[in-house]
Amino acid sequence: MSVEAAKMIGAGLACIALVGAGAGIGNVFGSYLSGALRNPGAAASQTTNLLLGFALCEATGLFGLVIALLILFAF
Amino acid sequence: MQINPMEQFRVEPIIPLHIAGYDVSFTNQALVMCVVVAAISIFMFIATSSRKLVPSRTQSLAEISYEFVGDMIHSAAGEEGFKFFPFVFTIFFFVLFCNFFGLIPGVFTVTSQIAVTFALASLVILAVIVTGFMRHGIGFLKLFVPKAPLALLFLLVPIELISFLTRPISLSVRLFANMLAGHTMLKVFAGFVIALGGAGGILTALSIAPMLLIIAITLLELLVAFLQAYVFAILTCIYLSEALHLHDHH
Repeated sequence: MSVEAAKMIGAGLACIALVGAGAGIGNVFGSYLSGALRNPGAAASQTTNLLLGFALCEATGLFGLVIALLILFAF
Repeated sequence: MQINPMEQFRVEPIIPLHIAGYDVSFTNQALVMCVVVAAISIFMFIATSSRKLVPSRTQSLAEISYEFVGDMIHSAAGEEGFKFFPFVFTIFFFVLFCNFFGLIPGVFTVTSQIAVTFALASLVILAVIVTGFMRHGIGFLKLFVPKAPLALLFLLVPIELISFLTRPISLSVRLFANMLAGHTMLKVFAGFVIALGGAGGILTALSIAPMLLIIAITLLELLVAFLQAYVFAILTCIYLSEALHLHDHH
């Protein structure tokens, strides 16, 4: 297998990180919604934590993207 | 027609300049940063030049942004955090305007460069370390020693240390990767429009579909641009709060 082909496969594999990010973001919003529907009064006060959780979660998926870019362009 | 979606991130010198073997050219990136700083300054200057009890529209925009950042600091770092208001306000607005300016077609996205975001993130961590040592002296190192049984500390102290040391990396990569991914996606879909538009016949008519998708993604990117600036600023507040209060405040 040529190095070029291995790079492509590696970059593709790095995108598996998105599985975790997707599950995580779904969990963040799902939990927020179920909590907010039980206690709508407290929902507004938790938007900061919601967005923070979303951003922290999303970042893990993007680290995978960075690895993919590093494999493709940096080596 | 082949389109490289990474083309947009190329830093090009506008005024080439070399000092002592270092390339310090004035680049398109520096230009956009200057424009951003000028835009924020002019906006704030106009908004606060004629202060009235009943604010005009521009003045109330400035007031809303002041209160927004103020609330953010208050919720994350408490009353003491207000010492850092100018710092957090500057960082929030710089990142926000860089993100928004980057969404204008053809304008270089400053925050899609790891060099810029890492410089910002290291500035934040430097501020945290300096604040911590100024306030607690050597006691700032207690930040790395949580309340736990001694046997667990051998495990927890290295973990705390690593989590502290990776903060500048995660802070900068989060912003950079979000901007990079968003703008690459926009350009990839723009490539679809051009490829379909040039294909002729029924395919040309179909090129409206990716075009509509670009509009939707641009809206999403507007949200992301704001969200990332917000997250960057609120994490700054949280880190500063830890330096101010160590572990006894949450």
